[in-house]
Amino acid sequence: MDAMKRVPVREQDPKVRATNFDEVCLGYNDEEAKAEAERCLNCKNPRCVGGCPVSIHIPDFIQKVKAGDIKGAADVIALSSALPAVCGRVCPQETQCEGVCVRGIKGEPVAIGKLERYVADWARENNYVAAKPGTPNGKRVAVVGSGPSGLTCAGDLAKLGYDVTIFEAFHQAGGVLSYGIPEFRLPKDRVVQPEIENVKKLGVKIVTDVVIGRSLTVDDLLKEEGFDAVFIGSGAGLPKFMSIPGETANGCYSANEFLTRNNLMKAFRSDSDTPIKVGKKVVVVGGGNVAMDAARTALRLGAEVHIVYRRSEAELPARREEVHHAMEEGIHFDLLQNPVEILTDENDWVKGVKIQRMELGEPDASGRRKPVPIPGDVYELDCDMVIMSLGTSPNPLIKSTTEGLDTNKHGCIIAKEENGETTKQGVYAGGDAVTGAATVILAMGAGKAAAKGIDEYLSNK
Amino acid sequence: MYKILKAEHLVGKDFLMVVEAPYVAKKCEPGQFMIARLGELGERIPFTIADYDREAGTITIVFQVVGASTEKMSHLKTGDEFTDIVGPLGKPSDLIATPIEELKKTSIIFIAGGVGAAPVYPQVKWLHEHGVEADVILGARNKDLLIMEDDLRKVAANVYVCTDDGSYGDKGVVTDILKKLVNEQGKHYDKCIAIGPVIMMKFACLTTKALNIPTVVSMNPIMIDGTGMCGACRLIVGDEVKFACVDGPEFDGHLVDFDLAMKRQRQYTDEEHRALLELEEGATHSGGCEADKR
Repeated sequence: MDAMKRVPVREQDPKVRATNFDEVCLGYNDEEAKAEAERCLNCKNPRCVGGCPVSIHIPDFIQKVKAGDIKGAADVIALSSALPAVCGRVCPQETQCEGVCVRGIKGEPVAIGKLERYVADWARENNYVAAKPGTPNGKRVAVVGSGPSGLTCAGDLAKLGYDVTIFEAFHQAGGVLSYGIPEFRLPKDRVVQPEIENVKKLGVKIVTDVVIGRSLTVDDLLKEEGFDAVFIGSGAGLPKFMSIPGETANGCYSANEFLTRNNLMKAFRSDSDTPIKVGKKVVVVGGGNVAMDAARTALRLGAEVHIVYRRSEAELPARREEVHHAMEEGIHFDLLQNPVEILTDENDWVKGVKIQRMELGEPDASGRRKPVPIPGDVYELDCDMVIMSLGTSPNPLIKSTTEGLDTNKHGCIIAKEENGETTKQGVYAGGDAVTGAATVILAMGAGKAAAKGIDEYLSNK
Repeated sequence: MYKILKAEHLVGKDFLMVVEAPYVAKKCEPGQFMIARLGELGERIPFTIADYDREAGTITIVFQVVGASTEKMSHLKTGDEFTDIVGPLGKPSDLIATPIEELKKTSIIFIAGGVGAAPVYPQVKWLHEHGVEADVILGARNKDLLIMEDDLRKVAANVYVCTDDGSYGDKGVVTDILKKLVNEQGKHYDKCIAIGPVIMMKFACLTTKALNIPTVVSMNPIMIDGTGMCGACRLIVGDEVKFACVDGPEFDGHLVDFDLAMKRQRQYTDEEHRALLELEEGATHSGGCEADKR
């Protein structure tokens, strides 16, 4: 076997998977995992660990896999991560651990993400829970939001002996893992719920149906409910729109709405009470991971799908793997194109999009070449549904109901990167609520840093 | 789980429920709404809060059967449970933040159409409890569809009732009464709060605009999360796109694009119809008694 190349991971055939919601990637079996683990050079100075936002001891766990000690590997990962089965699936490893892997200099980097997934799946299938709760220290922490940052912060604090309660606004825990990322990329019952259960096994309580800022305020938590500190991991849930004509037409959705109907409310199942419309021809506007998720969901519901993105393929912000999967499945990529108007029929339903063709000009503030309109090059693309996937911003609800909690001009909570400390005493924050929409693993890293910050604060109090 | 302490059939397709929901009851104010869900695959349905009891930890909702989910809800009995109830959501009515002395100098008229009487009630009641007496116009298609008249009479200065067919109260629609009060009886109003079907709110606002009475309406569009995440509930108010769930549900009625709101409301009509038909047929096939109950 060529040591420069990674062991390929088995996937569902694109033609088959385009018609179902089962997971695309099938993961490694024992032999494949072992063979891939053999490729790790076990570097003295492992750059991969520095590339991981939660600093998993990567070579250590891979050595355990190599030795066939999968339980030991799970123990190593559990020291740093509460959600390995999630991270092994949705982390952008190519720009993190795998991006700095020494193997990657000459050949393909070690498939760290796929190995992490393999270990986490083994642990779940064998009912092995690696992390253990700490000795109770009598202190109580409230966590706002049960997404990646909240679950990580809660898990870490529970391991230190804190009595932790998570408050979740939805009827189900998981945040973006439940409402945002689709089943075919991150199975809910098989992967997300068991990882949440593992956090609960550390003693963490999760209370659903409570909107902090409405049902209870942050000050209520500190003053009336008896919590010693609060972590805010409420995410970035507010969808952006383009402010172009026709955007309020029927058949024009935010990606959040489309994905929430499907993922959280299970509208793709015939026995769900929540309805969903799927057009025959769907235009998804945007080029990020969420756009790929929305496009591939619409495809699975039977539509012809066009991704319309104003820059070129090289600038697509989505992970390469997601773009690749979307292309394999037959999603059309209409690049260097920008919608200027949504066209509607006499009943105000979407009937098409007026699109301006673009070209790349000089680099802009982001360092990417700025797309500029080609004068007069406008055409109409027929469609019966439009999904806007232009990013999200933090919900202003907590900020507007919490005195002394400062936010920046984008509405993001101001918090110190190293420990999550906000401008309000005893209140910490992390994840998308602080950074604006980013990744699951960065939110987990922030949750981890805040757990440390909260522990230091309460230990010295 | 959220226990139903009282389930009552009011009239026609209108039902009233008192439900245990301590978090909502503790914090809610007139004008706010909550979301309920029935069953693990149930949809999230918004309801404006019709009344609340902070000590008992209960809230009251009044709903009309419009689709499969509300149809299922109409069969619930005392002792049954909702899977989820979350709230309070949305902003409280502006009245709550207005100084009482100022409110006492303000002449207020409420317009309640059909099931809209339910969200009007807690506002009139709140004013009454704070020593402010408001007038209410209560309209319905006919006598049998009129709700909450007695409750409103206890807390309002005057209640003017009208029905489309004249089977009770004055014959005519709510705007006829308002015009009569102002133009013929010399009544003066500084503020109007109109809640009911979108079409009623649209015409109420056309009338109050002509009469120069600032008007607030309460919108109840399709929504999923109710916290600003999905954007399904977007409306055009003035020149701006607003989310009813977080920017409302109450808006300046003279700025709301009601025609758009009505179109958006119909977005899932086909699906709703199909689901309701399936449910009704299923019930009939299981012995027909379900259909008789209605």
